[in-house]
Amino acid sequence: MEITVIGAGVAGLVTAVTLAERGAAVTLHERSGNLGDNAASWLAGGMLAPYCEAESADPGVVAPGLAAIDWWAERVPGVTRKGTLVVASGRDVGEVSRFARRSGGGLPLDGAGIAALEPNLAGRFHRGLHFAAEAHLDPRIALAALVHRLEGLGGKIRFGSALDPETAPGDTVIDCRGIASDAPGLRSVRGEMLILRTGDIRLSRPIRLLHPRMPVYIVPRGEGLFMIGATMIESSDAGGVRLRSAVELMNAAYALHPAFAEAEVVEMKAGRRPALADNLPKVTRRGRIVSVSGLYRHGFLLSPDCAAKAANIILGNTKREEIAA
Amino acid sequence: MQIYGETFDSRLMLGTARYPSPDILRQAIAASGAKIVTVSLRREAAGERAGQAFWDIIREAGVSVLPNTAGCHSVREAVTTAEMAREVFGTTLIKLEVIGDADTLQPDLFGLVEATQILSSEGFQVLAYTTEDLVAADRLVEAGCRVLMPWGSPIGSARGLNNVYGLRAMRARFPDLTLIVDAGIGVPSHASQAMELGYDGVLLSSAVALAGDPVKMAEAFRLAVAAGRLGYEADPLLPRDMAEPSTPVLGQALLGGAVLS
Repeated sequence: MEITVIGAGVAGLVTAVTLAERGAAVTLHERSGNLGDNAASWLAGGMLAPYCEAESADPGVVAPGLAAIDWWAERVPGVTRKGTLVVASGRDVGEVSRFARRSGGGLPLDGAGIAALEPNLAGRFHRGLHFAAEAHLDPRIALAALVHRLEGLGGKIRFGSALDPETAPGDTVIDCRGIASDAPGLRSVRGEMLILRTGDIRLSRPIRLLHPRMPVYIVPRGEGLFMIGATMIESSDAGGVRLRSAVELMNAAYALHPAFAEAEVVEMKAGRRPALADNLPKVTRRGRIVSVSGLYRHGFLLSPDCAAKAANIILGNTKREEIAA
Repeated sequence: MQIYGETFDSRLMLGTARYPSPDILRQAIAASGAKIVTVSLRREAAGERAGQAFWDIIREAGVSVLPNTAGCHSVREAVTTAEMAREVFGTTLIKLEVIGDADTLQPDLFGLVEATQILSSEGFQVLAYTTEDLVAADRLVEAGCRVLMPWGSPIGSARGLNNVYGLRAMRARFPDLTLIVDAGIGVPSHASQAMELGYDGVLLSSAVALAGDPVKMAEAFRLAVAAGRLGYEADPLLPRDMAEPSTPVLGQALLGGAVLS
């Protein structure tokens, strides 16, 4: 069976690899000339943090999210299983209890516990939570590894190839275009992120800084790089980072550790997350077109599950027309 | 509840930000019975109508949209945002916020009065987010504002009514003006208390949006606002220093003969 996948963001790559692993002949088409250009997932945090996400997302994300950690660890380098550290400072410490209640867990930590996990944060925070089962990866390394894996499995990838699902070749077409698709009910939730570089601070795992107005996370990427994210704005604006957002993200980094004041700003980018009304992804079939859409802020967390569902629809003769992820 | 001559059959107004998803927002609006929801207009969302998809979801809820100038820190910014909001939402109503302090999000009363003057002269109908300060309230009314929205406590603080005396004094000062407690409401009893003070309505956002179960909390607030209003309309007892028995105690041993007076 000839399968055409459109879109080489995380949804398209994971779906293409999943199908190729199951023996399908897959060609992946990407309108951009380079991996990651115009892809929301290129700007992702790369946190595999199902419990933390369940604080605000449907609890249904936990099981597929935990499975996703294994999925990634078996296929790409750099999956770090050191959990997530959640902290709050000063008068926001009450947020820690609320977060623990909502996320359904996390090991409560005091200042010494936090310092034991992240020595650079010693003395800075006195209450936190450790979600030991969570993990993180570098999205760019992971996506590049999937390209390599797809090619190793005999799949083809065509950059600079914009296809319309209706007229695309292949027995089955999988639409993974993300926000570029015009699927009904799909909207854009804008996100802005920074990458900073500093040799003055070391972190081993993603840190979520709870703040009632502006919760942010900092993900270590190695070699002194840190990704700071991310805003959540109901907007389809594709323009660059706004100063207000940049200031908020930078403030958060500085609040985590003043050493970030001297960090170099390596990158500042904005992207658009594709989201449906329930902020959960959906895998649907219409004729020979299967759509994987609405991964929202859960591209790395939920795309393995969505890809498995798409593969079941296509290869497993799944009869259901619509499978909510 | 009257807002610039229009009657709304709910006294609860709901914010629309920070819900877990638009679906849950829609369900919460329905459960709250609110007929007016506020929408904050980020400048980047207004340009090219980039926020359209989200606004459509809110419009589909079938309620009136009250745009606000949340996050504006200057008169110029607030006026510009109001003008954009009028264009985007097709309403002259504007919930005016001019923030004076980034930490407490306390309104800048001086800027608020100035912005109210400008917007009133441009034909806007201003709902001013203010404090319980009576002098500022007088100035706002002079500037053309007919709906005052004093804070219960700082935005998002969930501390309830910090200055009950001040809110009571404001109600007494402006018996005929529409007064709505805005900001600081955390739990349903806070909303009841505002209604029992004779306020026309309550506006809240994070108390519902950030609750563990926003839909259930929206329902709780619907009931609390209705209960508080009924309590106010029923002319409640005033607190008194002496106990007053609800049934006669004639025939029991009395101390001081108080019940016979």
